[in-house]
Amino acid sequence: MKIHEYQGKEILRKYGVAVPDGGAAFTPEEAEAVAKRIGSKKFVVKAQIHAGGRGKGGGVKLADSHEEVKQLADQILGMTLVTHQTGPEGRFVKRLLVEEGANIARELYAGIVLDRESAADVIMVSTEGGVEIEKVAAETPELIFKVKVDPAVGLRPFQVRQLAYALKLEGSQIKSAVKFINALYKAYKETDASMAEINPLVVTEEGEVIALDAKMNFDDNALFRHKDLVEFRDLEEEEPAEIEASKYDLNYIKLDGNVGCMVNGAGLAMATMDIIKLAGGEPANFLDVGGSASAETVKAGFEIIISDPNVKAVLINIFGGIVRCDRVAQGVIDALSDLQVNIPVVVRLAGTNSEEAARMLRESPLEFIVADDFNDGAQKVVGTVA
Amino acid sequence: MSILVDNDTRVVVQGITGGEGTFHTGQMLEYGTKVVAGVTPGKGGLKHLDVPVFNTVADAVNEAGANTSCIFVPPPFAADAIMEAAGAGIKLVICITEGIPTRDMVEVDEYLRDRPTRYIGPNCPGAISPGKAKVGIMPAFIHKPGNIGLISRSGTLTYEAVGQLTALDLGQSTCIGIGGDPIVGSSFIDLLSLFQDDPDTEAMVMIGEIGGNAEEKAAQFIAENVTKPVVAFIAGQTAPPGRRMGHAGAIIAGGKGTAADKISALKEVGVHVAESPAEIGITMKNALAK
Repeated sequence: MKIHEYQGKEILRKYGVAVPDGGAAFTPEEAEAVAKRIGSKKFVVKAQIHAGGRGKGGGVKLADSHEEVKQLADQILGMTLVTHQTGPEGRFVKRLLVEEGANIARELYAGIVLDRESAADVIMVSTEGGVEIEKVAAETPELIFKVKVDPAVGLRPFQVRQLAYALKLEGSQIKSAVKFINALYKAYKETDASMAEINPLVVTEEGEVIALDAKMNFDDNALFRHKDLVEFRDLEEEEPAEIEASKYDLNYIKLDGNVGCMVNGAGLAMATMDIIKLAGGEPANFLDVGGSASAETVKAGFEIIISDPNVKAVLINIFGGIVRCDRVAQGVIDALSDLQVNIPVVVRLAGTNSEEAARMLRESPLEFIVADDFNDGAQKVVGTVA
Repeated sequence: MSILVDNDTRVVVQGITGGEGTFHTGQMLEYGTKVVAGVTPGKGGLKHLDVPVFNTVADAVNEAGANTSCIFVPPPFAADAIMEAAGAGIKLVICITEGIPTRDMVEVDEYLRDRPTRYIGPNCPGAISPGKAKVGIMPAFIHKPGNIGLISRSGTLTYEAVGQLTALDLGQSTCIGIGGDPIVGSSFIDLLSLFQDDPDTEAMVMIGEIGGNAEEKAAQFIAENVTKPVVAFIAGQTAPPGRRMGHAGAIIAGGKGTAADKISALKEVGVHVAESPAEIGITMKNALAK
């Protein structure tokens, strides 16, 4: 799960990570009120969307007065922000973060992720802050310093000191950085974060070490033990069809093509997208209907797929194992009898009771194109949109 | 022969009295798997599907001689169940449960590090040696005894591949799903190594997907240690970056873990990569004919 920067900073503040004073605003008046409360001479007004590159897109502005904060808030709220991460359609800005401006002396980087291979957390720092860390990793990997946290003993003080020294900090800054890194790791670990990234991590003219930006993602599997975090979910940042799908425990991801697909199992769903592409088509979505594939889930899945106006044909690909294909076929027939479907539907059912299922589909008054095998299904569905 | 599960496998099902546990225990028994015990804390002393239920895995080991565990325990308690099995001296632990927090798996990984237990999963269909034993949830009837070893990060895509092999009369020695999570127990490498040493396995199929670098690591291992033919398919060639494709581990992050990278790493070391998921079986047939 992704959250906004201001929410990330709220969490970090709670754990004792140094962040600028500030608060969220949904209207220009609220933005002004936050500025008044902070009582600083310099302010930053930042658009809150779930995408990076906001500064370049014009979503981050500096202000010198409460009035200017209000003016800028009025400008940024309601704008459609296009960044390299939003796609050309951009994101509509509905929330702002207003905070005190910092006197930046140096821009650094700190990030924590899980290393899958060693099953351990890795803390990374770099003196190259304010730019994409992937770029630094590709061009100057020697400027990224990493420590691995041993799960048996946790993050050790010597490792935190190593990180602080790698940032080329001096004097009292070392102490601030040590406190910062310890608090950041604690926040990451205790919230079941899958990623925490502070970019830039800044050293101010006054010698403080603070998080100027904050990005945190959380492990969806662990949300059951973090009810407080679930409240940070911003549905407006998600694809409406994907939200609808999640209500039925369906896993749907919208793509750009015109061939819809409905599959049981994530691996087979990905492979179905791949084979559509190989057959010369473009997949419109990823959709895993899960292990049960009942009439209800099939119907819900179908409605979601065809709610995308780009979809010109649908391939249903089910490998029945424990799930019986005749039951799935009944689900497909029921769903399509209830829905107005004016596009070709190709069905490929394999595995348990697949012959019975094919017979049911052929005998139904609805017009299905029944495919003999996986490849045939892909060829047929792509053929209908070619 | 085969690997991991065979006629000596004596299964304890953790979570046997739950819905999933009950259904799949029935299926395993029907296949002829020796399910010798079940564990549900608080229900020790009962019989479920005629299988004795114990309060702890240790009791199942001591009193019923269980040597393999199959776990259906819900996500919040699954990591503990894995550690309980390993702590009780179970040789092979297979965790079917989907949705375990990653941090819990970090702890499991740490707990298992110096223990002799082999662990498969989580979020996987399990392991089957056709004609001998099935420990998991895969549909048994699509399998056929034979000499192809199969390792996969997926569930239904594995069934698809097995179906293709069986249709071409290519039977299987053992088929294992290693799971779709970011942190899994046994890796491609662990199992490729077992198959390489298994005299009854002639060739291997590995089914990978986007995310992580397990396939790249496997390619390196194959170059140095595997002499038997290997066929591979990598799912997710059309998956967009930054999106989790169903499996928690199937995500292209920071430009890493793409299907293209994995395919080229495997091709480079002589693995027969099927371009289409519909050609896994035929690619194996052609590889064996060479």
